[in-house]
Amino acid sequence: MTDPISSTANSSSQVPLIVEMRGIVKRFPGVLANDHVNFELQRGEIHGLLGENGAGKSTLMNVLAGLYHQEAGTILVNGEPKVFSSPRDAIKSGIGMVHQHFMLVPSQTVTENILLGLDEPRFLLRLPEYDLKIAELGERFGLKVDPCAKIWQLSVGEQQRVEILKMLYRGVDVLIMDEPTAVLAPQEIEGLFITLRAMIAQGKSVIFISHKLQEVSAIADRVSVLRRGIVTASGVSSKGVSRQELARLMVGRDVIFALDKKPGKPAGVVLNAIDVHAESDKGLPALRGISLNVRAGEIVGVAGVAGNGQSELSQVIAGMRKCIKGQVLLNGDMVSNRTTLFGIQHGMAYIPEDRTHVGSAPNLSVTDNVIMKNYRKPPISKNGLLDMKAATKLANELKSAYDIIVPNVSTPVRLLSGGNLQRVILAREISGLPTFMVAVQPTRGLDVGAIEGVHRLLLAQREAGAAVLLISEELEELLSLCDRIYVIYEGKIMGEVMVNSEKQDEALIDTIGQMMTGTPLDQIQEEEIAANG
Amino acid sequence: MAESKSIKQKLSFRVEPRLNEPPAWYPSVVSFGAIIVALILGGVLISLAGGDPFRSYQHIAKASFGDTGVLSDTIVKATPIILAALACSVAFRMKLWNIGAEGQFIMGAFGASAIVLAPVLPAETSRWIFIPVMMIAGMAAGAVWGFIPGYLKAKFNVSEIISSLMLNYVAIAWVNFWIFGVWTEGGFQMSPKFPDGAWLPRLADYAKAFPIFRGLTTHLGLVIGIVAAIIIWFIIFRSRWGYEIRLIGDNPHAAQYAGINITKNTILVMMLSGALAGLGGMSEIAGVVHRLQTAPIAAGYGFTGIIVAWLAKLNPLAIIFVSVLFGALILAGREIQPSGIPKMIQGIILVCLIASDFLLRYRIRIVRGEE
Amino acid sequence: MDFTIILQAGIASGTVLLFATLGELFAERSGVMNLGVEGMMLIGAMSAFSTAIATGNPWLGVLVAMFFAGLISQIHAFIVITLQADQVVSGLSLTFVGTGISLVLGEGLSKAGTVSLLPNFSIPLLAQIPILGKIFFTDQSILVYVGYLFVPLAWYYINRTRPGLHLRAVGEYPSAADALGINVFRMRYFYVFVGGMLAGLAGATISLAVSPGWFSELTTGGQGWIAIGLVIFAQWDPIRAAIGAYAFGALRRLILDIQGPLLLLGFDNPFYYNPYLGFFLQMLPYLFTVFVLVIGSREAMRKRIGAPAALGNPYVRGERGK
Repeated sequence: MTDPISSTANSSSQVPLIVEMRGIVKRFPGVLANDHVNFELQRGEIHGLLGENGAGKSTLMNVLAGLYHQEAGTILVNGEPKVFSSPRDAIKSGIGMVHQHFMLVPSQTVTENILLGLDEPRFLLRLPEYDLKIAELGERFGLKVDPCAKIWQLSVGEQQRVEILKMLYRGVDVLIMDEPTAVLAPQEIEGLFITLRAMIAQGKSVIFISHKLQEVSAIADRVSVLRRGIVTASGVSSKGVSRQELARLMVGRDVIFALDKKPGKPAGVVLNAIDVHAESDKGLPALRGISLNVRAGEIVGVAGVAGNGQSELSQVIAGMRKCIKGQVLLNGDMVSNRTTLFGIQHGMAYIPEDRTHVGSAPNLSVTDNVIMKNYRKPPISKNGLLDMKAATKLANELKSAYDIIVPNVSTPVRLLSGGNLQRVILAREISGLPTFMVAVQPTRGLDVGAIEGVHRLLLAQREAGAAVLLISEELEELLSLCDRIYVIYEGKIMGEVMVNSEKQDEALIDTIGQMMTGTPLDQIQEEEIAANG
Repeated sequence: MAESKSIKQKLSFRVEPRLNEPPAWYPSVVSFGAIIVALILGGVLISLAGGDPFRSYQHIAKASFGDTGVLSDTIVKATPIILAALACSVAFRMKLWNIGAEGQFIMGAFGASAIVLAPVLPAETSRWIFIPVMMIAGMAAGAVWGFIPGYLKAKFNVSEIISSLMLNYVAIAWVNFWIFGVWTEGGFQMSPKFPDGAWLPRLADYAKAFPIFRGLTTHLGLVIGIVAAIIIWFIIFRSRWGYEIRLIGDNPHAAQYAGINITKNTILVMMLSGALAGLGGMSEIAGVVHRLQTAPIAAGYGFTGIIVAWLAKLNPLAIIFVSVLFGALILAGREIQPSGIPKMIQGIILVCLIASDFLLRYRIRIVRGEE
Repeated sequence: MDFTIILQAGIASGTVLLFATLGELFAERSGVMNLGVEGMMLIGAMSAFSTAIATGNPWLGVLVAMFFAGLISQIHAFIVITLQADQVVSGLSLTFVGTGISLVLGEGLSKAGTVSLLPNFSIPLLAQIPILGKIFFTDQSILVYVGYLFVPLAWYYINRTRPGLHLRAVGEYPSAADALGINVFRMRYFYVFVGGMLAGLAGATISLAVSPGWFSELTTGGQGWIAIGLVIFAQWDPIRAAIGAYAFGALRRLILDIQGPLLLLGFDNPFYYNPYLGFFLQMLPYLFTVFVLVIGSREAMRKRIGAPAALGNPYVRGERGK
């Protein structure tokens, strides 16, 4: 265990503290999310709160925002101890939070969402009057959004602006932003940063939660790092610490690049998507001519900012969403616009984004969950009947082979931890010996050990000659696992790059980054040629 | 969760979700406790309404389990409930809220009667042909009545709750039309009596060989109900189809992801549900009423089936035993004044039962002082 | 057959459905589906009638009906809001309880004789409007006029006031509302209570105005269920709810009246000559409900509008994730 790096060595202690959290303890069933955490926020700073998924940063900030209640520890605001029993209390003390999942009512207008829960207006809404006020407030902080628009009509970036406006309208002094860039395109990120700086200039303070090092270094004045519920760095100046050092503090050891990835020997094309078009749930175009292929024995990544059509792409491939134009071929057979069953029977495995709501049946047993894809075939089923003995045997085999930690296989899977549940799903999908696998965000929300386990299993699939399509928002994950990466932006493929496992080329990351912002690969290359020539 | 603030040295309750399965006996004890609470609440209401709860309950016990004769009558009342509850249980298992078992039951009775009254088979037909044909007709008519809400749900996403319930009223009007307008016996609101061949055999029919059976009205419908329960148990827990039903019921997204056709299953399960309720109607008409008549077949068995299915936690075998309890309540209820008491007690039992489910999902810990 | 008379009576009979539908609409807008409308209406009809008999005061009857039905609705509220149980099953059980209690307490009430009913009157001037005046403003019960006021008020309340804004938020996105200090649990209890009161008012409208008396379960005859169907048809909008409710009321009257005349549109009236065909007429409101549901559901699918997003889901506070 490394000792927390502390800011007391720095000379910043004379700056007044606006928020001080001391010895915060918060437990969830089975997890100690915050273990005596101390946190200090100075007036007028942007404070980066770094940590991996599940490190406890959101929990800590949810405590500060009044959504959770700490089991021990105190919160001081401007030196006075405060007890928040609800977010409303926290807002009254000047602390507001913008959550990762926006808390906006889709069917209501921007103004209605902002007025929600306020004492003014008393009874009649008198919307036009408030529309004006909100437009003015938006202008002051560079948050451009139409107050009369309904939330569902807005882009994700605009919705985030509404969330920020909601807090500014309530006059908060401290704004907590939880992973604000995860849903933004790069140019939107720049806009957000400008807004945050404008807020600082007007005397507000910002806590910026992220697991992305480069962003925190770019925007934050000081940084605190959490790892597995413990503070490993407290308020260090973001200029005084290297990215490598921060990464070590976050992960606790050298980053997981040391995966045993053998050189690939890709064979024939297994999956071929040709000019695929599809609509989102709202009926808007989500995929606009996607073409990609995956060969046997390789992992192909799809990189992109969330919400650029990744979910829809995986659903079209799995046969769960209508393909309005184009087609998807699996080993030469068309799988798009067929049933999900067709894909399953032709060797497709699918690790869905949402393991609780799509990937598993929470109240059914581990046994019932592992036979979900192969219950139609012997030995599980004979003559329309299920052989429960064979099913239990299979479940027990998978339990030991994949280290699923559960008292017995008749336990309902809702009682399993995230990592264990993901292992149940992977065990099920892999045991079907797929020729093709599509995995969407397979490591989201898992702890480091579980992530590594998932990565090993995916690589093992590649070794075994399966074709794997890995859709992820984690660029580092894609770079360490994939042979090739496609970049998706607004439902189109911006380009395709080869990954050389020996060196992680800065230029490669830069190219992918540009494509993620909507610049097609050929244009980037043209510009490079132009610049070099 | 509602976490109470623990201030100073006070006892407080903390409600937490359960992290592991409660012991196997626990759900039964909770359900039993819920029924006791319901009976106490019902007693309070009866005394408020000016009745004597102890006399009422005593009467229910005596009038339904007092001797073999009334026990047999209790079982006769339980028979249609078993089938109606099975009907509800298969649909509920898939989270299809078929509350139209009542109408499907009535249509089953109609379908079976049509065989006799149309007549499809002549009156002198042997029992061994009559009964199976009536069973099939009853199940078919019930299945049609289940198909309609199932189809509307699957194709147009129409709430099956409302549509199946609306069809209950349609079924009553339909049967009324036939017994008033077509098959009336001398202008009365009932059809003529069925020929003997269309009666389900009763224990009393064998009183010559076994004198102990004299006067006992328990009929073959009980056997049909028990066999149906066993078959349904097998379908749900040991067949591929049952697995699909359970998977859809627990998580339709997961079922779709597993390649299961939800549209088809919605329709099929509603039809199975309707067929079971229809079989109940056939059993009642051929085993007890022996003629087509609205009042005795539209007596709320379909609704009682909902409660019984829930009380039995949708387990087909448990349904048999719970049905006997409710058969007793209904039998005794006929003589209890005011006449609404059994219905009220059924409702209160269901309320307490749903409330008690909370104890299965959460545990309540008593926390002393501050942590 | 005079259609204005049928429509006039239809408006009165539709007022029952209107109250019940609006009540359910409020409850559902807050995210709670209450299938116990039929039971609550019976409670309302029974308590209104028996109170009016006991005291001779129909107004007291209306108040007692609303209070009692609202009280009963709180059983459902407790089970689904606090205990987070399934709303469908709980609502069904409320129907059983409400029906049972009203039968027990209403024992003998059907022979209790007559009571003084709520007053009927015409609205001066408005009643003079040709045709419409006759249908809407002539010799209607005071509750019918109350119904006219309710519809725009309900719309305005939901769409243009602060509590209405909060109501919509609680039904669409309770955790967002909670985060801004709106008490989701209290709001839901309250609107389930409102739903209960309006169902009670609907019951009182039957037993004290539209078809006076207590006829056990036949008093409501499934109108509570039709009201639930109408909420879906209305797409949770009070104006559409009113249109649906009055159309159904007119249909119910038409069925009663169509069997009277010898001639129908110049032809022999088949319903007069073969009264058994009347059973098919009886099916119509129920079949029409199903039909209307098909229309409403298809439209909802096409326009991608639907029920309040949180309808049917219990709100659990502060757990991990959402």
